[in-house]
Amino acid sequence: MTRELLELSVAAATHRIAAGDLSAEEYGTAWRQAAAGDELNAYLWRGEDGAANDGAAAGPLAGIPVAVKDIFCTEGIETTAGSRILEGYRPPYTATAVRRLGEAGARLLGKTNMDEFAMGSSNENSAYGPVRNPWDRERVPGGSSGGSAAVVGGGLAPCAIGTDTGGSIRQPAALCGIVGLKPTYGAISRYGMIAFASSLDQCGPLTRDVTDAALLLAALQGRDPCDSTSVGIEGGVEPPSREDLSGLRFAVPSELAHDAIEPGVRAVFEQTLARIEELGGEIDEISLPHSEHGISAYYVIAPAEASANLARYDGVRYGRRAGGAGDLIEMYETTRAEGFGDEVKRRIMLGTYALSSGYYEAYYGRAQKVRTKIADDFRAAFSNHDFVVTPTSPSVAFRLGEKTDDPLAMYMNDFFTVPMSLAGIPAISIPAGLAEPQGGGPALPVGFQIAAPAFAEQRLLEAAYALEQAIEFGAHRPGSGAPFAPPVGKKRTGAEGRADG
Amino acid sequence: MIEREQVVHVAKLARLRLSERELERMAGELSGILEHVDRIAELDLDDVAPTSHVVELQNVLRPDEPRPSWPRETMLEAAPDPAEGAFRVPSPQAEAE
Repeated sequence: MTRELLELSVAAATHRIAAGDLSAEEYGTAWRQAAAGDELNAYLWRGEDGAANDGAAAGPLAGIPVAVKDIFCTEGIETTAGSRILEGYRPPYTATAVRRLGEAGARLLGKTNMDEFAMGSSNENSAYGPVRNPWDRERVPGGSSGGSAAVVGGGLAPCAIGTDTGGSIRQPAALCGIVGLKPTYGAISRYGMIAFASSLDQCGPLTRDVTDAALLLAALQGRDPCDSTSVGIEGGVEPPSREDLSGLRFAVPSELAHDAIEPGVRAVFEQTLARIEELGGEIDEISLPHSEHGISAYYVIAPAEASANLARYDGVRYGRRAGGAGDLIEMYETTRAEGFGDEVKRRIMLGTYALSSGYYEAYYGRAQKVRTKIADDFRAAFSNHDFVVTPTSPSVAFRLGEKTDDPLAMYMNDFFTVPMSLAGIPAISIPAGLAEPQGGGPALPVGFQIAAPAFAEQRLLEAAYALEQAIEFGAHRPGSGAPFAPPVGKKRTGAEGRADG
Repeated sequence: MIEREQVVHVAKLARLRLSERELERMAGELSGILEHVDRIAELDLDDVAPTSHVVELQNVLRPDEPRPSWPRETMLEAAPDPAEGAFRVPSPQAEAE
């Protein structure tokens, strides 16, 4: 019975709860028990049985437990952003995104692990230890929303929210075999979302299917007086229903051909393009000439903004303070030295350097111009295409520790996701198939990224939904057969997944 | 290329105390990253306007009305060293030896 409950999509569960066929109580308890079995180090905090706002509100998400990345402030509940410097911090208020989910009837299931201050692509930068990939525990779940992706992929939550600055929702969603959506910059309020790079940060859903992503987005989006950059999505968001792609034009950037994509990932990408054509979509090659400079621009702009945003962690108003310091400056310096991890220090240094006197124009000034060119490239592509498509990540999930000694190699994971972030446009990653990692081993999920013009979320969700129905990835899900025991070290095929269920 | 001395200077600006080992490693890592970033130096960007905001937005004004703010006690709850209704910090001046 419990297993059957956990296999329901969020949309199906809301229907059954609304119809009175399923008690929100029973559903919530089943998920709290599932979350309690976390062996992936994916949760940093979990709500206790009966403690979470039971008997809660009606609404489109009534009775749905949601896992929330630990970057969102939750009143009275520890919020660390994966950092030692915020250990024990209990915010006095709740982030607008989380509050809106609550108003739609959802309940907080737990807070999920993440790369410190959302800086990372593997979750290995968390001060609270790495999250494990539900498909193979020796591999990373991606990052920075690795915990949110792992709980949904591993059957420990029905849905989650995360944040995406340069790919931090889409890449972990791809590596964990789930759906991840980064909405248009401004679609969802950033109020109460601990800031990393304010001109890029955006909240979004991580779900098992596209319909669930639409459900969450519908509740999350909207203007918020507390975030003047939030504008919401005009007309709202409806559940997608489109079954074909006829008349839609998909653009494939020609620059893809030159880059280091794993052969298995490339094969799944090609298969997915073929499916688009089967569904009536048209595929063209186009050029995004400046996208190859995305990583360069991003790793100037994001660290620059981060160096300013993270200046607030100084041991004065909240968070940890280093003991035994002499004067005020010494207290600042030792607090930050002890509180921040290596990657955060690296980015603060990089950003401070890029903004420092004599280098500002060469780095920050130029990077913002490159950003304009990247946005222009997309605008040109969208003048005669509906979508731009790429693999979400150049590789499937890599091994823990494989890239920790080479920051630049780690940054290259963001190659396909960073350009959309810089352009502020929405993009979704949907699971498209399985591929063997380079060097062999059990097959792992591959994500397919679809990007659309600003605020075209509805069209994006419709196309992703049609494609999702054709791909039928659901049969491969580790959670579909055994939510409590994701496959470890054994080859998993679609047939096996079905047999388990 | 970024020299060790520059790393020391930037760390000071960023209020980060780095160990000797961290300084050495940081110089190498930052140089590697900047070498990649330097490719944007080759682009012709003379007539390009820098991005200031990614989506087209019109400035929206709101009435400037006073609203209640957070109570002082609430804001002090998370402070590492609250005292007498304020945030206490070490003296900004180094103690004389």
